[in-house]
Amino acid sequence: MAIYIVKRFFMMIATILIIATLTFFLMHSIPGSPFDEERTSNPTIQANLEKYYKLDQPTHIQYLYYLKAIVTFDFGPSIKKPNESVNTQLARGFPISAELGIVSILVAVLSGITLGTFAALRHNGIIDYGAMTFAVIGISVPNFVLATLLIQQFAVNLQWLPPATWSSPKHMILPTLALATGPTAIIARLTRSSMLEVLTQDYMKMARAKGLSPFRIVFRHALRNALMPIVTIMGTMLAGILTGTFVIERIFAIPGMGKYFVESINNRDYPVIMGSTVFYSAFLVFMLFLVDIVYGFLDPRIKLHRKEGDA
Amino acid sequence: MKDTVIVDEKQLIAKEKANNPSLLRTIWREITHDKMALGSLIILIIILLSAYLSPLYIDQEAQHRVNFLNVWKAPSAEHWLGTDDGGRDVFGQLMLGTRNSFTIGFMVTLIAGLLGLTYGLIAGFYGGKIDNIMMRILDFLMVLPSTMFIIVFVVIVPNYTVVTFVLIMSAFAWFGKARLIRSRALQERELDYINASRTLGTPSLKIMFFEMFPNLSSLVIVNMTLTLAGNIGVETGLTFLGFGLPSGTPSLGTLISFARTPDIVQNKWWVWLPAALLILVMMLCINYIGQAVKRASDARQRLA
Repeated sequence: MAIYIVKRFFMMIATILIIATLTFFLMHSIPGSPFDEERTSNPTIQANLEKYYKLDQPTHIQYLYYLKAIVTFDFGPSIKKPNESVNTQLARGFPISAELGIVSILVAVLSGITLGTFAALRHNGIIDYGAMTFAVIGISVPNFVLATLLIQQFAVNLQWLPPATWSSPKHMILPTLALATGPTAIIARLTRSSMLEVLTQDYMKMARAKGLSPFRIVFRHALRNALMPIVTIMGTMLAGILTGTFVIERIFAIPGMGKYFVESINNRDYPVIMGSTVFYSAFLVFMLFLVDIVYGFLDPRIKLHRKEGDA
Repeated sequence: MKDTVIVDEKQLIAKEKANNPSLLRTIWREITHDKMALGSLIILIIILLSAYLSPLYIDQEAQHRVNFLNVWKAPSAEHWLGTDDGGRDVFGQLMLGTRNSFTIGFMVTLIAGLLGLTYGLIAGFYGGKIDNIMMRILDFLMVLPSTMFIIVFVVIVPNYTVVTFVLIMSAFAWFGKARLIRSRALQERELDYINASRTLGTPSLKIMFFEMFPNLSSLVIVNMTLTLAGNIGVETGLTFLGFGLPSGTPSLGTLISFARTPDIVQNKWWVWLPAALLILVMMLCINYIGQAVKRASDARQRLA
């Protein structure tokens, strides 16, 4: 296990390094400089600006500076908002995005598992039918469509909830719903099918024969075994929620990382683009690393240090 | 004596064929036995026919003409779904958008399917060291935050057109397929017919694409149906954000992106609401059909 963790850790570092390098050379292949629009500046100011952002150096030197920036976690000043560093923007945006993401994941996991379990226990009943209809709709509707429809119904027509920003729990309801519905549907479906499989196993008959309470059977015996597939998809779901925050933050005008990223792309603010891309990727890769390790602890059958056999 | 044996063989083959109908036949049987899937198929066909045949009954020129005397008009007999901020007919935009969104989603699914198939077949067929290296590369690609990279590519590519957009999207859409196909190809390569063919000296490429691929085709078709809806969702979402189709090529996402101010959301619903509902209906239809197709490929789950 220890060997596996160390190995995975180095793979994670390597992955982040490759992503960082790719981002750097991508940014440098863009024709033109970020100062092109501002024609007011005279050549001396232009030269000073380029010097300030180290754009006058040859590419490989810039690359070294960039690597240093990543290691020391200091991405320097933003180009479009010179009095703000990239770090300030990340520090301001990340907690909000993280809050949105964590709340959505919690909602998705809890409601998805509940829904899936009840659907499986009442197989082919009304609850099952209703839950699975919800799941198909949840999987089908893209989050930006859902968000727009939610705003129309609950914020504009009924005026129950605020349509935008992120300042009180009341503000969090609509964005969370919009972001969590898709993952909820996926988890509900997965829980249902794996519960149905577990419920037919012999040890379930055994548990019932022993006279255990239905509650205990479902929670201690069935659910525990049925949840393994859900841990497996946690990685891809995290990635989905992370990119989902881009769209949701944009629609609800939430000042999170996604907003800064979209803004920086539109402004061609290279330090911010590179900073947030690397930060996002590193965060994602780290989360996947955690999911892998949790999976290893949960299921002793899986020999993680030998990955060839998995299909 | 010899003749009768041949006849028997032919009869046997015919009988065998009747017992094992082709995949298309099974899919058709599965869909017609599932009311939801059949209804979905009919609705989807109606939507697609009216969208793709719209040049026959909608004046294409008028779709690009801006008419400032006619902006934000409510639905009427002349403009079924009213007009937008440039006085253009929303129903026409909707049909054009459906056509563009579906075509692009379909193209991306096709190209990504081809890429994933090639990658997965090569990795699975050769196995061993080649498979190992290719899978490590895939591991790396799969953790990339793809939406972010698509946006970055969309912004930096010079001469950005619909074709480049399709290529960029396809480049990030094949990873899952490759993994799926590789795992099945790994099982397939152990089977006798592949070994026999290899012993006979058939070129590897021929084995992969003409002998192995037909046996994986049901897997590919199921996967492509299920990802089609997702790809349409990604395209409309990116266009909604402003990083999708170039301006001048309307998509369903373009119409929904009108819903940015409370005034438009509430009072000018005809611009964005039909597009939102249309996406929802199309995705539902594709997913219901996809489920039927999936069941058809797995004999244990079939209803029919």
